[in-house]
Amino acid sequence: MPDKLFKIEKKEYLLPGNRACQGCSLALAYRYVLKALGKNVIYTLPASCLTVVYGLYPISSVDASLINCTFPSCAASASGIVAALKALKRDKDTNVVAIAGDGGTFDIGMQALSGALERQTNFIFICYNNEGYMNTGTQRSSATPLGAITSTTPFLTKLEPQKDIIKIVEAHNVSYVASSSPAYPKDLYDKLVKAKGIKGSKFMHILTPCPPGWGFPINHSVKIAKLSVDCGVSVLFEIEDGKFQFTGRSKFLAEKNKKKDVTEYIKAQKRFDKISDSQIEDFQKWVDMRWKNYLHRNNAS
Amino acid sequence: MSVKIITGNSAAALGAKICKVQVISAYPITPQTSVTETLSQYVEAGDLKAEYVRVESEHSALTVCISASTVGARSFTSTSSHGLLYMHEQVHWAAGSRLPIVMCCVNRGVGAPWTIFNDQQDSLSQRDTGWIQLYCKDNQEIIDTVIQAYKIAETSYLPVMVCYDGFLLSHTMMPVDIPKEKDVDKFLPPYKPYLSFSKKEPINVNPVVFPWKREDSKGVVRDGYMELRQKLNEALISSKDTILNINNEFNKLFKRESAGLIWEYNTKDAEVCIIGIGSIASESEEAADLLRKEKIKVGVLGIRCFRPFPKEEIVSALKNKKYIIVFEKAVSYGFEGIVASEVKSALYDGGIKTPLFSYIAGLGGRDVKPSDIASEVKKALLEMKKKNFKNQTKWFGC
Repeated sequence: MPDKLFKIEKKEYLLPGNRACQGCSLALAYRYVLKALGKNVIYTLPASCLTVVYGLYPISSVDASLINCTFPSCAASASGIVAALKALKRDKDTNVVAIAGDGGTFDIGMQALSGALERQTNFIFICYNNEGYMNTGTQRSSATPLGAITSTTPFLTKLEPQKDIIKIVEAHNVSYVASSSPAYPKDLYDKLVKAKGIKGSKFMHILTPCPPGWGFPINHSVKIAKLSVDCGVSVLFEIEDGKFQFTGRSKFLAEKNKKKDVTEYIKAQKRFDKISDSQIEDFQKWVDMRWKNYLHRNNAS
Repeated sequence: MSVKIITGNSAAALGAKICKVQVISAYPITPQTSVTETLSQYVEAGDLKAEYVRVESEHSALTVCISASTVGARSFTSTSSHGLLYMHEQVHWAAGSRLPIVMCCVNRGVGAPWTIFNDQQDSLSQRDTGWIQLYCKDNQEIIDTVIQAYKIAETSYLPVMVCYDGFLLSHTMMPVDIPKEKDVDKFLPPYKPYLSFSKKEPINVNPVVFPWKREDSKGVVRDGYMELRQKLNEALISSKDTILNINNEFNKLFKRESAGLIWEYNTKDAEVCIIGIGSIASESEEAADLLRKEKIKVGVLGIRCFRPFPKEEIVSALKNKKYIIVFEKAVSYGFEGIVASEVKSALYDGGIKTPLFSYIAGLGGRDVKPSDIASEVKKALLEMKKKNFKNQTKWFGC
């Protein structure tokens, strides 16, 4: 993997001076998203952390065109761009990419996303998942894991496991589904380059650890992202026409049966300070169940 | 001349087709549904070369139009009632983005409780969103207004809501003169978006804006949020001239006599002026005729353009009237009729203190007959003449 790293696009689209928090793994991931997708892309983005990263008018930190949209409307906005490009006969040379946080995907953006996927809209939807409403100060979302403290689950922690967004997306007729991590930029990059060449709806999930929201030091973002992969909380895979395949580090973990348990990952984050032993057990069960299912699918294809 | 007997919804769909809209997106809701059904027939039959996005909600319908219009496609949607209210966030967003989207609002009452029938609570409650609002009084006006709306929108970079009464117009057949496509082509040039995504320079559309002005990377001072809002308001106000000019141009080209901002019926010598919007105003013409037979000098002022509000025109039309009576199908709960408030506000600025009564009428499709309007006018006149102003807002037929 690392030997091919030099093949990554040299041009920088995410410029210095952007407004990401220190140690933001979204900024890291987005840098590679932009590189992989290159020129001739129209991005659309609802209210989220990334809106802030882009900066305040009239200055922008990203060298790519963007249409900001309202919180619930990201996938519908992409549909509008796709329709207009088609109507204006400019759809051959321009890619349409919707990018939203977990709020704009799992929660308020779900209806529009489901609609756009069902219509087999020709676009890439990227969900960067920091497991909560981090931009508004760490409130609970349906992507927040079991046992996590958020500003709206301050004492009791979140009592329910997160939604399985991949299952929901797969319930539609999508061409390509993938999950990746900012800790493995080549994995992320390659998947997006691939997605760009596939027609129909493509969905990309990226778990992006958030230092202030999750409670870990700003220089540990990549470490936490790697841990999340090692314990199967974040899984690197791709699903093409229904065929599941582990990729990169997750493939290695699956083949060598080396997946860690979640304890180290949980202990490294302050948001899990109040998690109970039984919640850790349930958390582990949730991760293992999904991992088992993925293993089964991986071996079947 | 090509006259067809068609419904209001058919007139709206034909209008959009003649304007060669490029992106259509809509969600079914009674009574607008047949507009979008008709348009999908045009698209599937190949009679209209447009992208039709069959979305999962009204919120997404207007979102599709917003993004499509941003990229440069002429976009159309239509809705009613709860559909419009569900769009509300996007209604603001479209105007803030200065996009020339045209939306037909087929007026219907608002729940709870459910009603599918006509009043104008839906569109009038969108008063403060920054859209131009034009109201039609018959099916001819619907097709003409849709065509004019695109030119108005694309000249002023403002979205236009073409409103007409559900069922009373949407499902009622009337003779309509259909403008020829080649004539409309001459009238309506292609849409030129003010942004370009094709150049090398990337653009960030609608980012977060400070309240104050700020320099860009080249040292040019750019607007803050306040300036952008002021410009939107100024654009709305100055669109009055655009609406008038385009209406005049349309009238000449297509041999019409329709009004741009307000229309008047027998108001010259009238002592009493009835004011209304949409089909209740055209019903009031009949009521005025009945009252004239009883030697009561009644005229009618119809408001075609509700936003921008034609303040000066209304003031000058009402200058010499003795009594004003507003009939309207909407209410601002806790106060009075929405249109009545607007008219009074205009009169105050014009220094006019003419007595004004208003009637909340026809909510949720309650029948408003011309003879009933006439008898209510007579009752109101009695009270006004006795200087009894205790009850200036009345509920028609309740």
